[in-house]
Order: sequence, then C-alpha cells, then structure tokens
Amino acid sequence: MVKKFFSRFYLGLILLFLYAPIFILIILSFNKSKSRSRWGGFTFTWYHNLFQDEAIMEALRNTLIIALLAAIIASVIGTCACLAISNMKKIPRGILLGISNVPMMNADIVTGISLMLLFIALNYPLSFSSILMSHITFNIPYVILSVMPRLTRQNAIIYEAARDLGATKSYAFFKIILPDIFPGILSGFLLAFTMSLDDFVITYFTKGAGFDTLSTIIYTEVRKGIKPEMYALSTLLFISILILLVLINRKKDKEHGEKPLRNA
Amino acid sequence: MKRITALLLLCSLILTSTGVVTGCSKSNSPKLLVYNWGEYIDPEVEKLFEKETGINVVMSYYEQNEDMYPIIATGSQKYDVVCPSDYMVEKMIGEGLLAKIDYNNIPNIKNIDPSYLKSAEQFDPGNQYSVPYCWGTVGILYNKTMIKEPIDSWGALFDKDFIEKNGYAGDILMINSVRDAFAIALSYLGYSINSTDEAQIDEAKKLLQEQKPLVDAYVVDQVRDKMIGGESPIGVIYSGEAIFTRRENPDLEYVVPKEGSNVWIDGWVIPKNAPNKEYAEKWINFMCDPEIALKNFNYITYSTPNKAARELITDEDIKNSPIAFPGQDVLDRCTTYHYLGEKMDALYIKKWNEVKSVQ
Amino acid sequence: MNTKKWLSYPYTIWMGIFVIIPLFIIIYYGFTAEGGGFTLSNISLITDPINLASLWLSLELSLVSTAICLLLAYPLSLILHGMKLKNNSFIIMIFILPMWMNFLLRTLAWQNILEKTGVINTFLKLLHLPALDLINTPGAIIFGMVYNFLPFMILPIYNSLSKISDDYINAARDLGANSLLTFLKVILPLSLPGVVSGITMVFVPSLTTFVISDILGGSKVVLIGNIIEQQFKTVNNWHTGSGLSLVLMVFILFSMAILTKYDKESEGKNIW
Repeated sequence: MVKKFFSRFYLGLILLFLYAPIFILIILSFNKSKSRSRWGGFTFTWYHNLFQDEAIMEALRNTLIIALLAAIIASVIGTCACLAISNMKKIPRGILLGISNVPMMNADIVTGISLMLLFIALNYPLSFSSILMSHITFNIPYVILSVMPRLTRQNAIIYEAARDLGATKSYAFFKIILPDIFPGILSGFLLAFTMSLDDFVITYFTKGAGFDTLSTIIYTEVRKGIKPEMYALSTLLFISILILLVLINRKKDKEHGEKPLRNA
Repeated sequence: MKRITALLLLCSLILTSTGVVTGCSKSNSPKLLVYNWGEYIDPEVEKLFEKETGINVVMSYYEQNEDMYPIIATGSQKYDVVCPSDYMVEKMIGEGLLAKIDYNNIPNIKNIDPSYLKSAEQFDPGNQYSVPYCWGTVGILYNKTMIKEPIDSWGALFDKDFIEKNGYAGDILMINSVRDAFAIALSYLGYSINSTDEAQIDEAKKLLQEQKPLVDAYVVDQVRDKMIGGESPIGVIYSGEAIFTRRENPDLEYVVPKEGSNVWIDGWVIPKNAPNKEYAEKWINFMCDPEIALKNFNYITYSTPNKAARELITDEDIKNSPIAFPGQDVLDRCTTYHYLGEKMDALYIKKWNEVKSVQ
Repeated sequence: MNTKKWLSYPYTIWMGIFVIIPLFIIIYYGFTAEGGGFTLSNISLITDPINLASLWLSLELSLVSTAICLLLAYPLSLILHGMKLKNNSFIIMIFILPMWMNFLLRTLAWQNILEKTGVINTFLKLLHLPALDLINTPGAIIFGMVYNFLPFMILPIYNSLSKISDDYINAARDLGANSLLTFLKVILPLSLPGVVSGITMVFVPSLTTFVISDILGGSKVVLIGNIIEQQFKTVNNWHTGSGLSLVLMVFILFSMAILTKYDKESEGKNIW
C-alpha cells in the first residue's frame, strides 16, 4: 500500500514537472498584457486574433504537414534499416549505426548550413521538399534508436518457429515481428515528430523565401516579443490533443478484453 | 493499432481542412520578396501596399543580421529587399552584395530627415545603397522605485561603490551581444566604440570581467519582460523597447549615458541578386510615405527617421518624447557601429568568451 | 535469413546523400583556410584554453543531466510497467505531449516559474518562507536540460521494459531469486538496450545545445555549442566552425564507442 502510494506520488511529481510550463502558457494566453511578466487582465482577444491571422494558420499547416510526413517517412526508412542492420556483422553494423548518429552529433547550425550547401551544390531549389528531406535526415536516428532495442533474439526464435509451422515469410513478418517491434516504431515516430515540430535552425537554412513554420515565426519574433496569439494557439493545440487522447483511450477501454494484449 | 490509424486519419483530416481554408490563395500574380526582422512592420502596411500596387508581398523573417547574411551571401534564397543594420550594410557593400538604389524611383526620400541620411553616410557613403527605416539608441533602463539615485552614466553598471550603495549588486541585466557589451565598456573608459586597439579592448575586457559578479544575467530579448515584471532593477536596452516597457510599467526610466553610446540605423537595401529591383524600389518608396511610416512607428515603437511622419504624430508626449526622438546633444555623443573585419570580429568574440569564462 | 539486406538500401542511399556528402563539406571546410589551402589550424583551435574549458563544461553539464534523466526515468518506467496498463500508446503520449508545445515557449515559461518574482518564490513568500535563488544558476541549466530531454530517456526504457516477458520474471522467482536479485540479474540486463538508446538520445544532443543555458542560466558561461555558433555567425568563419565541429564529432564518437562496448546484449548476433 505504501509502495503504491509512493509510486503514484512519484508519477504525479514527474507529470507536474513536465506539465508545469504548459499551465503557464495556458494562463498567458488569457493575459491582456503582451508581456509575459505582467497580468493585464483577462481577455479572449488573442484567440480572436489567432483565427484572423492567416500567416499563423498557414505556418501551423506547414508545420503539421512537414512533421507528419517527415516522421512517417523516417519511421519507414529507419525501421527497414533496423531490420537489415540487426542481421549484419559487427563492423558494417557499427558503421551504419554510427552514420545515423551524425546528424545528432552536430550542432544544429552545422547540419543546417551543410545541408543548405548541399542543396546549393545540387542546384536544388530550396522549398517545401528541401525542408522535408532535411527533417527526415535528422529524424532517422531517433527512429533507429527506438526500434533497435526491440529487435532481440527472441523475435528470431519465434519467427523461425512460425516459418517451420508453415507460415509464409510475409505472414510471419506481419504476425510476429511487426507487432513485437511496433511500440518501438511508435515511440520512434513520436520522437521524430517532436523533433520536427521544434526545429528552427535547420528549417531556417533549408527553407525557401516566404515559407514559414511555427518555429520560424516564434524564433524570429523573439526580438520584438512573442505575440500572445502563439500562447493561444499552443493552448488550443494542447487541449484538443488531450481531449482526443482521452476519447480514444476511453473507447479502447470499452473494447478491451476481446483480445489479449501482448505487452502486458 | 486501430487507435493509431484513427489518430493519423484525424491528423490528416485537420490538415486538409486547414488546407482548404488557407491554401491556394496567392497564385502567379506579381510578387515582391521581403526579408525583414520578425514583427518589424505593421501587417496592415503590407496589405495597403498590395492594394495600391497590385504586387503581392511575400514576407520572410530573420532574428539577427548574422542569420540573414549567409542566406543573401550564398544566394540560397533570393530576396528583393532586405532590412539590415548599419555595420551589416557596410559589410555587404564591401562584399559587393548590394545594388545601387535609383533615387528617381524614390521621390518620397524627401520625407527622410537629412540629419539621419547624414548619419547613414558613416556606413553607406553617399547613401547609395540604403534608405533608413528605423533607428534608435542603446541605453540604460532602470526602475525608479528600486534604485533611488538618478542615473546618467554607464558607471551605474560598473561602479561597485555606487551599485552597492543602491543595493543592486548581482541584479544587473547586462546585454548579451558582443559589440554592444564592448561598446558600453569602451564608452565608459572613454574610447571609441569602434576601437581596433587591442590594448583598449583588453582594458574593456577587464572591466567586463570585474562586472561579472554584479551581473544577474546576460540577456538581449528578455530585458523587456524582466524589467516590466519588476524582476530586475536595471538593464541595458534599445530605445524602441524602452517606449514599450514604460507603457507597461511607468516606474521605468530610460537614459542614454553621458559618456556616449551607440546609435543604430536599420535601412532597406536591395541585394544584387534581387529578382525584381523595380518592385523593391516601389516598396522602399512606399515605406518612406509619411502615413505609412507613422503606421509602422505606432506598431513597432522604434523611432522613425521620417520627418513628415513625426509631424503627423498626434500624441504630444510621444512626438516630443526624448526616448523616441532624442535631442541633438544626445545624438552628438552617439556613434554607429562600423564593420571591423573578420579578424577584429574574431578578436572581440575571443575577449567576450574570456569574460564569460571567468567564474 | 540474409536476404533482408535490401531493406537497408533506402537508408544507405539516404544517409549517403544527406549525411555523408554534407559531412564531407564540413570536413572540407574544417581542413582548409579561407583562401582554400590545407590547414590544421581550425582543428587545433580546440586547444585554446577557453575552447577547451567550454568543451569540458558542456561535457560536465551533459553528463550530469544524462545521469539525472536516467535516475528519474528508470524508476518511473518500472512504475509504469508495474501498473500493467493496457494502453501502451496512451502512456507514451502522456509523456510526449508536453514536448509538442514549442521548445522556446516552454523554456520561457520556466522563467515565469523560477524567477525571483516567479511562481515558486511568490508561493514561498505567501508561506513566509525565504526566497530561493533558482534562475540564472548552473542548477537552472541542468534543470532545463533534464526537463527538455527526460521523455527521450523515458520512452526507450519503458519500451524495453515492456518487452520483457513475465515468464522470465516468474521463472527467476520460482528459482528462488528475491526481487532485488530478479531486478539485477533479469530486468536490468534485458532493459539495457533501451537504456543505451536513452543515454544516446539525451547525451549526444545535449552536448551541442546552449539555448537552455542562455535562457535559464543567464548566459553566464560559454558552452561548446556557443563557440561553434559564434564562429559560424558572428565571426562568419565557416572554416573554424567546421573544424571545431569535427573535433566535437570525433570526441562524441569516442564516448559512444565506450558506451556501446557495454551494450553486449545485442552485439553481432543474428537477430531474426
């Protein structure tokens, strides 16, 4: 009982730690003052302005499309690579995994400028696709690092067993391997998505004229003060994702029991 | 896995729906590519320009001169008109990155106060490449309720006795920008803010090192909020921000110290590789229109060099504000930055890092 | 099972174009002077005492925050795993969701919490307790780093724990192992690959960050990330910036090599 209390308490503490700044953002979205450090009264102005602001809405759309596409493509490329790499001998395996860490090891500005120089050298116009390719590149290591630990010897044994029992290669793959590594792919996808959402420097150097994501807007606004519309947007995004999550979770709770869960 | 698919489907639904709302608006009508600081123009002005000329404005933003420079220098993105600061204009002229402006297309130049054009000649001789847009000074912002003695000198940031007497040791917000920090120290020591004498720079470095224990944080953009909230008693700030902070917190006072300071000018320039010089000149001319300059001034609160616009200001307090429009005596003791070359930049950075490395 | 090699081709081609070629661009810049001649001076710049000190400081901060992340994340993952929740992805989402708000906005929000006039100190004042010096200290830098990187430690560890079959644990218990022994001999070794991934995802990126130090630490120190950024931007010398980057990269590779030496579990085996 005491142990249970402590674990709940600990869990609550970590969640408070992670969510504390989000509460601040929500409060600031109702602050009449443009300054984050003075409470100027309660207002809905920023929400109203937000929907009038085409630039922010377009940046939101760009941000989501890039993050989603980059994370999906990186997940596919990364997962395939993991499947192949896990079969390799030590040296090629070490080299391929080492390469994947390069984008992580460089400061953002180094990755950003070197990618920009690459696109210039290839005479490739900076545009939506150049940002997308850059994001896929720095997303791949996160997918690999998430999927790799889920690929262990156990999979191989069950997979072989399934094959011996007459399962086709693809059947055994989709029924044995994929479900088993899926949580890894999912967290890789989510981490990749997170990295894409937040990136400023690499996007800045690989974007075309007039193209903005939320990050590029926020970072360039810093000098003159961040527009409170950004707090309003964050609040709306946060609340809607949270509601969505809870809804999906409740629906799932009702459904469960029909099939056993493999990870429990 | 169904759950995930549902989530993905929902995401794509949101994407497409926002796509329908905001997408496919601007097509192949003529366009002007503007590269500007973030939040450095009234968005309404863009719309007015589009209305008057039928040219679509495509805006891109940067946070610092140094972010903008590699983009223009490598030509990775091409812009019609850009708004760099003085020393960066000088550097870009030196490297042949800018096109000369044809003043026949900019009749509104007559609205710009000749004294600012003269100041701009310090970095752009003959005003051939740039047209001033905004300007300001660097000074001290302090909270009158927290510091009782009036301040008129950079000594308020360095003089230990004064600081301890007024009880703000360890609470100073020093500026986190190499040239600005050294300019302050150099001015206090009585040297030029464009000094290239290593002995002088060393002396300034020592002063900054001694100042470090008195400093709470080195910041640029956060001075505003920290001063408004009463978190800090004193900080270094640009004059344009001082107007905004004083509106939010009337206890704050801004001074340009008697030893002199930096006056900076941001100006419109046209890169050599600009796709459309004609539109760029139309834009610059539009920006010099008094009504438009006034709109921008009201929005960004940075001083305008536009004489005609200043006369249109109805609020007498702002019109005669010594912060927005300091007297000639203040301007006389202020200097613009010069581009000192890569070697000097490296030296300044090295000395600055030595300041930061002191524990 | 060796026919699966083709699965790595998209990855290899992708990395070849978008990682190896840019890497060669950095190497080219790192080993040449402004005029174009070969030089080692960019590389040897790291021996400058200030640069060296900044490298050590970055290393120190990254190591400490990685260790704290690990210490916080491992028990948390054990607790989550122990709760036997049906919805794995729900858990994952709860920990990742705060990260979807912009990094800069979140970090600035921490200022509101930690400042002298911030939430915590206002609260302490109400309780008539002495104010705490929280912001603009080295502690605040580590705090910010832990905050920003914690989910990158939680997810891989939780994932590798959730993979451990209960059968193993029951077997160990049946054979007479107590819970500590079961943890040390069964759970910990099996979760090691996740731990290694987590450490990589926290330690490597945190070596080059400096924004947290600038916003929460009051920018009173110089980190290696600051130095590289200055060389690229303020000094505008891509050669020296690239040279320092290369040194840092070799340095990280070296540390990673040491780390993966301990990652024996998945080493060089045929996996499926």
